[in-house]
Amino acid sequence: MSIDKLVPTVAAAVQGIADGAVVVISGFGESGNPTELVHALVEQGASNLTVVNNNAGTGHMGLAKLLAAGQVRKVICSFPRSAKSVVFQELYKSDQIELEVVPQGTLAERLRAGGAGIGGFYTPTAAGTPLAEGKETRIIDGQAHVLEFAIRADVALIKADTADAFGNLTYRKAARNFAPAMCMSAALTIVQARTIVATGEIDPEHVITPGIYVDRIVEVADPISEAAALMEPAS
Amino acid sequence: MISKLNRDQIAWRVAQDIPDGTYVNLGIGMPEMVANHLPTDRQILFHCENGILGMGPVATPGEEDFDLITAGKKPVTAIAGAAFFDSADAFAMIRGGHIDIAVLGAFQVSGSGDLANWSTGTMGAIPAVGGAMDLAQGAKDVFVMTEHTTKDGAPKIIPACTYPLTGAGVVTSVFTDLAVIDIADGGPVIREIIDGVSFDDLQAVSGAALTLDANCQTLTTPAL
Repeated sequence: MSIDKLVPTVAAAVQGIADGAVVVISGFGESGNPTELVHALVEQGASNLTVVNNNAGTGHMGLAKLLAAGQVRKVICSFPRSAKSVVFQELYKSDQIELEVVPQGTLAERLRAGGAGIGGFYTPTAAGTPLAEGKETRIIDGQAHVLEFAIRADVALIKADTADAFGNLTYRKAARNFAPAMCMSAALTIVQARTIVATGEIDPEHVITPGIYVDRIVEVADPISEAAALMEPAS
Repeated sequence: MISKLNRDQIAWRVAQDIPDGTYVNLGIGMPEMVANHLPTDRQILFHCENGILGMGPVATPGEEDFDLITAGKKPVTAIAGAAFFDSADAFAMIRGGHIDIAVLGAFQVSGSGDLANWSTGTMGAIPAVGGAMDLAQGAKDVFVMTEHTTKDGAPKIIPACTYPLTGAGVVTSVFTDLAVIDIADGGPVIREIIDGVSFDDLQAVSGAALTLDANCQTLTTPAL
């Protein structure tokens, strides 16, 4: 017996994602996006998805492509508005997609709580604002706090830098962002890594996401840079 | 002839109030300019909510690394001694009171320090909040950096915000092209005011009732 979470292709990695799934997708703007896994999900075709990401896709790749394919029913994010978020804007303005806006720190903590077995938590963020309307609030230490519930996802699509067959992960610079909390939050965590190394090669002191949170790993050695693609003049 | 501060001069003035050794988050937009005007004898550690402590200067052309960007999605650099961490940690730093100062822009500030900077409430506009509410609520001090009035001349410092709030009672100080104003328990207090503008002049372009600090100074900056 041995633990080996490696799968050969991105298509194999996304196998079995069901219609109606809650899918959390790592990335902040164009850093840390698992573009190849998202494209594989477009090919795979699961529909009626609820997607959690910090943003709502830019340009026409990755999450924007998934949205354009009509596979997403609802987006939960902190910042869906950007000049290049053209696909989401169209869908939103024509009432073809539902949006839940969550303060960024609350979004990260809801994911972390989901992975940590915490049902919800009280946060001072958004107290007294429209984003607290309809939510339970209570005064703790003299300060208003808002009850927020955990997010437990069905699937996480994650981009890492280095992985081993146990699923231990490291990330690169600020591309880490939501990935560790999202890995924890999902029942099925699927990772694309730039490099897969022999088990034991990642110093245990340097593991950022322990393999227990990871289910499938596929190597994508030279991932698409959505940022670079956005900077190219339209052809 | 009154010469209002330009945006670099407002940024310079904000920078003077950032003490040595502090942890600071600069909001997207005008607040990012503060980094260009820090006194050279101070060491400030800049925090980015996407997971950087020790953000350095903007990356020069050819040096860009899209795994190292600001919260505004611009390629940036990291200083020696920087740290990377995940979003949950980044916001633990903010909400947990570990960030000394957040510098934010504003649509409106109320006399009691309410901040509105994320939505003008326009029907049909896509709502987007990002990390603004966490920063407004969590940073020990919230410095607002803004023109004193809107482009149409309407006051931005007003008795009560009419736009949706980012945070209630969170603003510490407001730095404008006319004045530096502290939000005290009793309301906004003018700490500095530019030459040629009287208290009455400033009150006339401020909706909220102002008071003058006993030691109110002239607001002066270098030509920038």
